[in-house]
Amino acid sequence: MIIIFSGICLLTGSFLCVSGGIGLIRFPDFYTRMHAVGVTDTLGAGFILLGLMLLSTSFLVIAKLVIILLLTLLIGPTTSHVLAKTAMHNGLKPVLNQALNSNTVEKNKETGSSGS
Amino acid sequence: MLTAATLAIFVAMILAIIRCIAGPTLYDRILAVNMFGTKTVLLISLLGFVMGRPEFLDIAIVYALINFISVIGVLRYSDTSK
Repeated sequence: MIIIFSGICLLTGSFLCVSGGIGLIRFPDFYTRMHAVGVTDTLGAGFILLGLMLLSTSFLVIAKLVIILLLTLLIGPTTSHVLAKTAMHNGLKPVLNQALNSNTVEKNKETGSSGS
Repeated sequence: MLTAATLAIFVAMILAIIRCIAGPTLYDRILAVNMFGTKTVLLISLLGFVMGRPEFLDIAIVYALINFISVIGVLRYSDTSK
């Protein structure tokens, strides 16, 4: 029974990680890519570590997995916040209108950095 | 299930490497490297369970800390070099 729950958690975490990778490839803008990675990364890592916790028997292994889970939950949102703040502070504008290709992103970056 | 999760993590790491090579701006590359590091932590944990040696979790803890410090350091350099 525990093995079935562990398998469900591992498969959910794997699906979330792969969907984060696909969002990193296919989204048109930096901020939308960061949304895809930052949302699915924390939940995917949490589900996979929860599945490994259900699968393990030793207390020390469960303690180390809890430490890794807490570090991931602390580090992921902090890195996303610092990355978004640095990109906005250095003049990378988000693409707001319907022109969603890479040329628009480059042009917005150039004008933002030269204007600031 | 452990092998399927390991293969899924491999696929996500390959997609992150593709975005890291083809990213149009610097921040896309930093984001892809950060995601690669997080997936590496998960991969080390999963490989420890696949091989039956859970001592790999110590290496995963150290890798998570090094990944955080490196990303913050690169972003700090990028912020003050304006």
